[in-house]
Amino acid sequence: MATLKENNLANPTEASPPTTSEAGPHEPLLVKRDFKTVGTRPLRPDGVDKVTGRARYGADHNLPGQLVGLVLRSPHAHARIKGIDTAKAAKLAGVKAVITAADLPDHTGGDESLFDILDNCMARDVARYDGHAVAAVAAVDAATARAALKLIKVNYEVLPHVTDVDEAVKPGAPLINKKNFTRGVEPAPAKPSNIAKRSTFGHGDVAAGFRHADVIIERTYRTEQTHQGYIEPHACVASVSPDGTGELWVCTQGHFAYRQWCAAILGMDVAKLRVTSSEIGGGFGGKTHIWMEPLALALSRKANRPVKMVMSRDEVFRASGPTSATSIDVKLGVTKDGTITAASSTLRYSNGPYFGMWAELGAMTAFACYDLKNVETIGLEVLVNRPKVAAYRAPSAPEAAFAIESAVDEAAKAIGMDPVDFRIRNAAREGSRASYGPVYGPIGIGPTLEAARNHPHMKAPLGPHQGRGMACGFWFNFGGQTCSDLNIGVDGTVTLSVGTIDVGGSRASLALCVAEELGIPYDQVRCTVADTGTLGHNDMTDGSRGTFSSSMALIFAARNAIKVLTARAAQMWEIPLGEVVWKDGHAHATGEGQGNLAPLSLKEIAAAAPTTGGPIAGHAEITADGAGVSFATHICDVEVDPETGRTRVVRYTVIQDAGKAVHPAYVEGQYQGGAAQGIGWALNEEYVYGKDGRLQNPTFLDYRIPVCSDLPMIDTQILEIPNPNHPYGVRGVGETSIVPPLAAIANAVSNAAGVRMTHIPMSPPRVLKAMMSADKLGT
Amino acid sequence: MRYEAPATVSAAVSLLAKEKGQAFVMAGGTDLLVKMKSGLVEPDLIVDIKRIKPLHEVKKTASGITIGAALCNAALGENALLRKFWPGVVEGATLIGSKQVQGRCTMAGNLCNASPAGDAVPALVAAGAKAVIQGPKGKRKLAIRDVPAGPGRTNLKKGEIITSIELPKREARSADAYLRFIPRTEMDIAVVSAAVNLTLDAKGVVRKAAVALGAVAPTVLDVPAAARALVGTKLDDAALEKMAAAARAACRPIDDKRGTAAFRTQVAGVLAQRAARTAYARAGGK
Amino acid sequence: MAGIHVTTTINGDAVEFVCQPDETLLDVLRNRLGLTGAKEGCGTGDCGACSVMVDDRLTCSCLVLGAEAEGRAIETVEGLAQGTELHPLQRLFIEHAALQCGICTPGVLIAAKALLEKNPDPSEEEIRFGLAGNLCRCTGYDKIVRAVQAAAREMRGA
Repeated sequence: MATLKENNLANPTEASPPTTSEAGPHEPLLVKRDFKTVGTRPLRPDGVDKVTGRARYGADHNLPGQLVGLVLRSPHAHARIKGIDTAKAAKLAGVKAVITAADLPDHTGGDESLFDILDNCMARDVARYDGHAVAAVAAVDAATARAALKLIKVNYEVLPHVTDVDEAVKPGAPLINKKNFTRGVEPAPAKPSNIAKRSTFGHGDVAAGFRHADVIIERTYRTEQTHQGYIEPHACVASVSPDGTGELWVCTQGHFAYRQWCAAILGMDVAKLRVTSSEIGGGFGGKTHIWMEPLALALSRKANRPVKMVMSRDEVFRASGPTSATSIDVKLGVTKDGTITAASSTLRYSNGPYFGMWAELGAMTAFACYDLKNVETIGLEVLVNRPKVAAYRAPSAPEAAFAIESAVDEAAKAIGMDPVDFRIRNAAREGSRASYGPVYGPIGIGPTLEAARNHPHMKAPLGPHQGRGMACGFWFNFGGQTCSDLNIGVDGTVTLSVGTIDVGGSRASLALCVAEELGIPYDQVRCTVADTGTLGHNDMTDGSRGTFSSSMALIFAARNAIKVLTARAAQMWEIPLGEVVWKDGHAHATGEGQGNLAPLSLKEIAAAAPTTGGPIAGHAEITADGAGVSFATHICDVEVDPETGRTRVVRYTVIQDAGKAVHPAYVEGQYQGGAAQGIGWALNEEYVYGKDGRLQNPTFLDYRIPVCSDLPMIDTQILEIPNPNHPYGVRGVGETSIVPPLAAIANAVSNAAGVRMTHIPMSPPRVLKAMMSADKLGT
Repeated sequence: MRYEAPATVSAAVSLLAKEKGQAFVMAGGTDLLVKMKSGLVEPDLIVDIKRIKPLHEVKKTASGITIGAALCNAALGENALLRKFWPGVVEGATLIGSKQVQGRCTMAGNLCNASPAGDAVPALVAAGAKAVIQGPKGKRKLAIRDVPAGPGRTNLKKGEIITSIELPKREARSADAYLRFIPRTEMDIAVVSAAVNLTLDAKGVVRKAAVALGAVAPTVLDVPAAARALVGTKLDDAALEKMAAAARAACRPIDDKRGTAAFRTQVAGVLAQRAARTAYARAGGK
Repeated sequence: MAGIHVTTTINGDAVEFVCQPDETLLDVLRNRLGLTGAKEGCGTGDCGACSVMVDDRLTCSCLVLGAEAEGRAIETVEGLAQGTELHPLQRLFIEHAALQCGICTPGVLIAAKALLEKNPDPSEEEIRFGLAGNLCRCTGYDKIVRAVQAAAREMRGA
């Protein structure tokens, strides 16, 4: 069985064009054009359903006879499971199935990554974090299911635990996994440790670079663990039949990947499991991993009834999707005239109890904004007794950017240079070799910095106790496997079936691209997200790939449909195919003496389809390589209360390259949303663990995401530096906006408070303490 | 579990007194339902007092103003009488939770939840308010500061209900103010809070003062030493510093997920100063 | 546990249901009455996704028992549109791109309507505090605030 890597977000190679049967690699993909529909702001097709309560999300679906499934979770951060007695629970009236790891035999066939997914979905021998699933029940109603959970007796042997990223790498720290030997180290270590992998990137001679520096900035930064905080908890309805087929309704960012993982874990054929994605109530990366879905399927299989499972908010926080906590060392060498001569960083990212690629992504993105001769980054994946880390919007980049962009600001200050000018001087450009390997094509870091320098925000006066900060951010973007259908209806309207779920308006954007390509109005194109039984495999909506990759597939699908349409027109006119061209939504006859043939509209050709060869459709399956890298520069003003350390964001500006903004309002929405999440991360959001290794704040009351009154309007400026690897120049836009805020706010707070902040979140107690310590030092 | 919504206080008291299991009074229910959801409490009986009409009234009496125990804080905040005479009490009540929570939560409920961080309580303590209690053995009054016994515990006896909160009669040139510190602008539990209640003389000199602090001890603190620092002054900087120092000296906070003990102590003084300035200005001081 | 029979009014319609004494109004709406417009984001009154009106007071339906609905008038997002005519807030939320995933939208709309009924001409700050009980994780609130401003203008006839 082919393995599916869970974290295939980054696509570090920048070059190759997409492979498709229609667009050969020799044709230039990006053709300059005057857009008619792309770039407009029509209404989204799911709008009315979403404002009337009619849209169906994960928990809004029900099946006849469905049971309620609930999970029993470990109250211990680390404990051996010596036994589980489910007999009493199974006997309770109304309980239809009880499962433990024994009901999920290991079908992973030595695939370590898949085994970790299985172990995370249901603890096998060891519970590895507070909230780790250990058993599950399905019962006729929630009250019965809750009562059944209380009757399950788990015999735990509590083990020593470690939840802190720095503590976990100290000698003598409790071992999270005795079989973990650090990867990426030569020779392979003989002893296990809590470092799962060491990755290194860079080029040049760092030591020499530091020798040439006039000033060296060296600091260690910390960030705390955060959660994606999607408002919709994980939810699914599973139904497995005794004939071995199954259906899963689920809120997910990738129903094809969910199908593959669930099928693999349950030992099912992929073709026998049909997964339908619901409307998704936010994901931000957290719904690119499976959590309780295999449990719902296993319960349904055992009970022979549909099973609905909906996580509580407490479960969402304790057992799904946080980011890494990090501890990052940065060293920068600069000359007095403002050149960075060398840069190095060691980045420790917590992974939860399972090996991921979080520090690796941090190490790759850390210095990606800069053109550096000498650079080295080392990423260390650190295992801790916390939930398995999941992707969160440009995963791992915000933490690294916080550290690097803070140090860059300090370096600029040390040599008396304006922070924007300093960055412009060192910014990467077309032809620069990125610190993570590839050579850049046309990129937007320079233009976003120039736009920042010229932005009125930069010149606006500041009030008392206010400070301004700015920072840059980078994200790879991803393309990946994509398969889409385009069907022309009998009335000439167009239905699109895509396999990338819509997280922020992509159905509208995709319809815009097809309307553009076919030359018809937007409202004649309708885009739906198809289930796994209807299309070939699609990678998840991650890596900002939804609109990028599906629009590319659909543009090719439209071109395929146009070939059919022109052929049909030729047939209707009884002229050679070579004498028909497609323009402005019509077939035009171009041959000599055909001037009297009035152009045929798509509608007319569609109406004739029954007699000219049947349905007209276009199809495309591609691996959408060449997602253009994305850069942003953010500016913010904050006001810090000198007596309480409380920070208020008073003004915020996002400048980001979109390649081509297909639906500018939804692009702005991505910029604003990412910035708001970054503001929350920077100021107040954090997982708080007690000495007992348990999460203390698994509620929206104490895990403080920004509320409406916390934020100002968030200004946006969209730059368009076309991506040469997309027919319309589109780049992913969804993620980069969360990368700069931590650093931009840290720089602003540091300027306002008069003391360098090195620990995120900059909660009031941390800021007040820093200010009071600085006062005592007389600085 | 049983749910009862009696129409009279005596019926409610009798239901509570008779119940052998875990019985809870529900006013707004914004704490009770959350505790039920998390499994922290499993009531056998809930007595909803919102169907008792008199408990929704705000009344001016000979001895002051009484606020019915079932009046939601959104309605309390709309009451002109309370806003005029007890702006600090109104601030405390209306800072609790969101607009949604305001539509349900009550001052008496906040008091009986007995959290050290309850927003409604410090201003009531500074006001010298009393809880009017009815139980199987009749009516009694208890000073607000004596209602909580510790975090999550009250001094109410089995079968007893708070039916109203009684605020004393207002003297001329009096006002109060309440401030809390939260990391966000809304939706948080107070990390630390302060209420100040002042009465000035005709020259603007503080004649009477009360200072109460929240979230710095197991129950809301009444800090007479801080109040004394203000009496006889026009709130000059020295008096405010002295008051803040007294407030900080009284703090006995803990480190928890919401803040550190050091932060709470420091900011308690800051908030007390700010609340004092606001109350002073409201009372007509210049 | 014995069920409680409740007679109430929802979006103007007389409705009867039987619920358990510890069942929330949110669960009744979603699981017994098929009104899934109100969402459960937290179940503890911290996110506002389940916002409804109970007798003209904005509340979180997760903090109300189903049994309490007896004799009350409940208003949910399903009752906002008049026939085929969207409420101005609904229409302007779509036009202003004030929703992305949309899970918070029903609760935000109810809260915004409650705000505008009390205060037809709110300042930006009043809108922000009026909606502070409704968490949105997608938009950063910018376009939500603008949509409410536009709706306020339109509803005032300004």
